Amino acid sequence: MKRSRFLPWLGFLLGAAYFLLPLIATVEFSMRIKREAYSFGAYANVLADPAFRQTFTYSATVALFTIVIGTVLVVPAAYFVRLKLPALRPFLEFITLLPLVIPPIILVFGYIRMFNSSSLLPLTSTAQGTNVLLTFGYVTLSLPYMYRAVDTGLRAIDVQTLTEAATILGAGTPTILMRVIFPNILIAVLSGAFLSFAIVIGEFVMASLLNRPAFGPYMQIIGTNKAYEPAALAIIAFIITWGSMGMIQLLARFAPKTTVHAD
Amino acid sequence: MSNDKDVAGLPGDAPARTSFRAGSGWRRGAANVLSAVTSASALGVAPFLLFALVFLILPTLRLVSDAFFDVQGNFTLQNFVLLAQPNIVGAYVVSIQISAASAAIGAFLGLLIALSVGRGGLPGWVRSTAMTFSGVASNFAGIPLAFAFLASLGRLGLLTLILRDVFGFDIYRAGFNLLSFWGLTLTYLYFQTPLMVLIIMPAIDGLRNEWREAAETLGASNWQFWRYIGLPILWPNILGTLALLFANSFGAIATAYALTGSYLNIVPVLLYAQIRGDVLHNANLGAALALGMIAITGLANIIYLIVRARAEKWLK
Repeated sequence: MKRSRFLPWLGFLLGAAYFLLPLIATVEFSMRIKREAYSFGAYANVLADPAFRQTFTYSATVALFTIVIGTVLVVPAAYFVRLKLPALRPFLEFITLLPLVIPPIILVFGYIRMFNSSSLLPLTSTAQGTNVLLTFGYVTLSLPYMYRAVDTGLRAIDVQTLTEAATILGAGTPTILMRVIFPNILIAVLSGAFLSFAIVIGEFVMASLLNRPAFGPYMQIIGTNKAYEPAALAIIAFIITWGSMGMIQLLARFAPKTTVHAD
Repeated sequence: MSNDKDVAGLPGDAPARTSFRAGSGWRRGAANVLSAVTSASALGVAPFLLFALVFLILPTLRLVSDAFFDVQGNFTLQNFVLLAQPNIVGAYVVSIQISAASAAIGAFLGLLIALSVGRGGLPGWVRSTAMTFSGVASNFAGIPLAFAFLASLGRLGLLTLILRDVFGFDIYRAGFNLLSFWGLTLTYLYFQTPLMVLIIMPAIDGLRNEWREAAETLGASNWQFWRYIGLPILWPNILGTLALLFANSFGAIATAYALTGSYLNIVPVLLYAQIRGDVLHNANLGAALALGMIAITGLANIIYLIVRARAEKWLK
């Protein structure tokens, strides 16, 4: 029986239109800064703004630390749970789901209560401490993505055999983790890292409530003060998101695809 | 303790030995876990657990407990009574409405797109394009999304102008406002719909061709296949994803804040204003407000987990 392809095409095209039209409109809007002709003036203004560079660098730096700390926390935990403590697995999965249940605004509210200047760990009383707190907050936000990425990576390699082989050759646990396991799941870690980057770079509510000079709050300020620059910023942010997702897709091609043993 | 009772309660030798063996097995298991926990593996998992405890569990519990105390530190349920004031109830109602509307419409549109792309017999590149774009669009949220919609459907947005000048239809005169319930819902659909596509696609891939062939052999029409076979199988997945989409938009604030400021009274925006400037004049009322949010997103996620566990039975 041959089915008509008209409706599927219509569904796809309507979907495509819904997602492309706002982008086209944003590009058009961002180029309206001069009355007489389209120009890239808004982009030039944004890129020339020192505050743009500072906040972007700040957020990119925080994102980098987030990725490093997230990797250091998640890789050993996921490795040992897979290898020796499978009983803990549902528990870890539950914990890494929590940041999707508890909205960031709630987390940061809890941070402000828990780490204020009169608490045991007064992180918010110094700028440096607040930077650390913001980074840890972002690590928390990225846990669901990081853990799933790493766990998928570990599933695709034979953790047991690799560990045994390395142990026979005389490697200790740190060596196994860093020189055997990590290189094998590097692609999975990187895809988690790019997703984390995409989430962290424009994050607004945590940075804003912790009063850090991040890219998200900067965009919000530009949004209330300028007309065409916000549209240019939206396009820049879209390109960053697209770039991160593109990297993940690209990396997926290099990832090992065979499952050695089923779970 | 339980092991002793087992042995004492059982007459004869053999059953007692069995029970003893079971007991020792349990003990050996516990000992294994214990020795494993005290070894290197514990060292690997401990930092993760400690981090989750300090930066995820404790801050949340702190808010939960704050909600039950007054500012002087006495136990009280007054904070929950105060939640009943009109502007807070109003905020919850609008938040729930926007989340429900954007989840329902997003799930419906996402399902249609996923079915079109996944089972419509379209060329392969259509599917991979749709999936890539869904990955990007579902992560394109927050402040830039608000800017994009202002540039599209704001008073001077391109689509607004085209509709007005080319089609003679002034959406603002017709009562549309981007800074409103429907404006925000429409904006949220930009990430809700692709999220639905991403989550539901594996379930759609799980629909076996044999089922369709069997239905067709028995003379079922296209409509009958979806009505009696396809949708009932997908239903738990759809319901579960609906709950997830609901939670996803319920906690979102950046888009709403950049789009409407505090013009639209929704819970996360109210909570943001409370944290910033104590607009409710009671710090612990803020905690109760937060607890209400956790309860709602938590409930939505519990529904998701239960329904997903049921759905997985079918799609193995």
